[in-house]
Amino acid sequence: MSSSTHVLGADVPGPPPPITAAPEAIAERLSAGARVARFVRRQPTLVLGVAVLAIIVIGGAFAPAWWTGDPLEMRPAERLTGPAPGHWFGTDNFGRDVYTRTIYGTRVSLIVGATVAIASLVLGTTLGLVIGFYRRLDAVMMRVMDGLMAIPAILLALALMALMKASVRNVIVALVIPEIPRVIRVVRASVLSLREHTMVEGARALGARTPRILARYMLPALVAPLIVQATYICASAILFEAYLSFLGAGTPPHIPSWGNIMAEGKTYVQLAFWIILFPGLFLALTVLAVNLVGDGLRETLDVR
Amino acid sequence: MLPQIARRLVATIPVMGVVAIAVFALLHVTPGDPAVIIAGDYATAEDIAKIRAKLGLDQPFLTQVTIWLGRIVRGDLGTSIYSGLPVATLIGQRAEATIALTLFAMIISVSVAVPLGVLAAWRKGSLVDRAVMVFAVSGFSMPTFWLGFVLVYVFAVSFHWLPVQGFQPIERGAWPFLRHLILPAVTLSLVYMALIARMTRASMLGVLNEDYIRTAFAKGLAPRWVLVRHALKNASLPIVTIIGIGFALLIGGAVVTESVFALPGLGRLTVDAIIRRDYPVIQGVILVVSGVYVLINLVVDLLYVVLDPRIRY
Repeated sequence: MSSSTHVLGADVPGPPPPITAAPEAIAERLSAGARVARFVRRQPTLVLGVAVLAIIVIGGAFAPAWWTGDPLEMRPAERLTGPAPGHWFGTDNFGRDVYTRTIYGTRVSLIVGATVAIASLVLGTTLGLVIGFYRRLDAVMMRVMDGLMAIPAILLALALMALMKASVRNVIVALVIPEIPRVIRVVRASVLSLREHTMVEGARALGARTPRILARYMLPALVAPLIVQATYICASAILFEAYLSFLGAGTPPHIPSWGNIMAEGKTYVQLAFWIILFPGLFLALTVLAVNLVGDGLRETLDVR
Repeated sequence: MLPQIARRLVATIPVMGVVAIAVFALLHVTPGDPAVIIAGDYATAEDIAKIRAKLGLDQPFLTQVTIWLGRIVRGDLGTSIYSGLPVATLIGQRAEATIALTLFAMIISVSVAVPLGVLAAWRKGSLVDRAVMVFAVSGFSMPTFWLGFVLVYVFAVSFHWLPVQGFQPIERGAWPFLRHLILPAVTLSLVYMALIARMTRASMLGVLNEDYIRTAFAKGLAPRWVLVRHALKNASLPIVTIIGIGFALLIGGAVVTESVFALPGLGRLTVDAIIRRDYPVIQGVILVVSGVYVLINLVVDLLYVVLDPRIRY
C-alpha cells in the first residue's frame, strides 16, 4: 500500500481542517469579560443549565462540607419531625436527617447519569459504525434494533433488575442496555448519509481502508449529535434510577439515593410529606439542568 | 387499503419475534444461574431444580427457544411461579385499570398539548410561546411519581377534593371511576403533554412559513380556520408520530403512577412480580405491552395515508 501512495505523491489525506472562527470574529477584539457576557447573552439556556448543574455536582462531591451529618445515623426519638433548625428538611421514619440523605443522594444520581451516558455512547457508537457500514449486517441488525426498541425502556430495565442483585453497578447495566439500540440508530443514520459523501469516496479512491474511514471521516462528524444525545441519555438515566429505586428494584436501600428516600417516604405522605418533597425537588432540578444543557448544546452545536 | 394493512401486519411479525426472543434470552445473558436467582435466597436445592424444570432451563438453549416461541404463537404465556395462575389470566385481570389510565392520560395530553403547541407557534417569541416552552422543558424533566405525590398532597390530603388512591371499576358508575382516575391521569399525562406540545410547535413553525399559509391569511380567512385546516393538517405527521412513539413513555410512566396511586394495573403486577422474582409474569407483561406498542405504531403508519394521500405503502 505504501508504494502505491508514493506513486501518487501523497499519503491518504485526513479530513479537511475544521473551520475554527469566522474572519470577522477574529478581527473583533473583546476583553475576556465582554466575551463571557456575550456568550451568556447568546446562550442563556446552556449557561443556566451548566451553572445549576455545577452547583449540584459540587454539592454532591463535597457532601460532608455542607453541614450534613451521618446519612445513616438513626435517632428514633426524633423520627418524623418536620423541617426545623437542625433538621432543615425534617427527619424520616427512622429519625434520619432528610437533608443529609438528600445531599448524599446526589452522588448516586450523578454517577449513574454520567456512567450510563458514557457507556451507552461508547458501545452504541462502536456498534452503530460497524452496522451502518456493512450493508449485509445492516438489514438484519436494524430489524433486531426495531424489536429491542419496541420494549419500553423502563420495563426492560425492570426485567433486568429482576434477574440481577441490587447494586449501583447493576442499575447502570440495566439502564445502558435499553439505550444502546437508540444510540445505534442515530449513528447508523449519519453513517448511511456520510457513506455516499464525496470525501469518503475520495478517501476510498486513495486506498483508505474501512477502519480508517470510520475513525477519521465518520466519527468526527458524529461528535456533535452524540454529545447532545449523551446529555439526554444522562437526564433519562437519572430519572430511571430514581424510578427503579422507588419501585424497590434499583439502588440497594442502604445507599441513600433520591429514589430510595422517596420509596421509604411513600407510606408517610399524609404524615411527613417533606420526606418526599425535598429529594423530589432535587431530582427534578437536576434532570431539568441536564436537559437545559442538552437543549443549549443542541443550539450551540447546531445539531439538526 | 386492506392489502396495505395486511402487509403492514405481516411486517410486525419479525419485530415481535425479536421481542419474544429478547425477553427469553434475558434469562440467559444475565450473570448467574437464573433458576437460583428466581428461587430466591432461602431456596433449597430441590426448589431450584423444580424451577429449572418448570421453566425448561434444563434443556438445550435452542430447544428452549423453539418451545417458547411455539407456546407464544398458541397464545400461551406460561404460568406464574408465585400464584400458579396462567399469566394471560393475570394480565387480563389487571388490564382494565391500565387501559383506563393510559387512555385517559392520552386524551388529556393530546387535547391540551396540541392547542398549546399551535398557539406557541402562531405567536412565536411571545410570552405565550416562552411559557409553553418553559412548560415543555420542565414537564419533560418532572419525575412522574413525585408529581403524583405532590398532587395527592395538595388535592387529596389538604383539600379533600379527590381520593388519595385506589381504583373503582367502571361497573360501579362513571363518576366514582373517573374521580379515582383524575389525579393519576393528570400525573401521567404531564411528560407526554410536554413532548407533544414541543413537537406540535416545531412542526407548526415549519408549516407556517409556507406560501400557501400566507395566501390563506392574505385572502382573509379566519386565523382559526387557517391554523387548523391549512397549517395543523399539514403539520400533523410528526405530531402523530410522536404520539405513537411517546406511548412507550406513557407505559413506563404508568408503572410508577400505578404504584403511587395503588391502582391494580399491569404496572403493579410487574412490580409485584419483580419483588417475587416471578419471571414468567414479567415476560408476559413485556410481550403484551410491546405488542400493543408495535400495534399503536402500526396504526400511526396507516394514519399517514389518511393524513397525506401522497403516501403509499
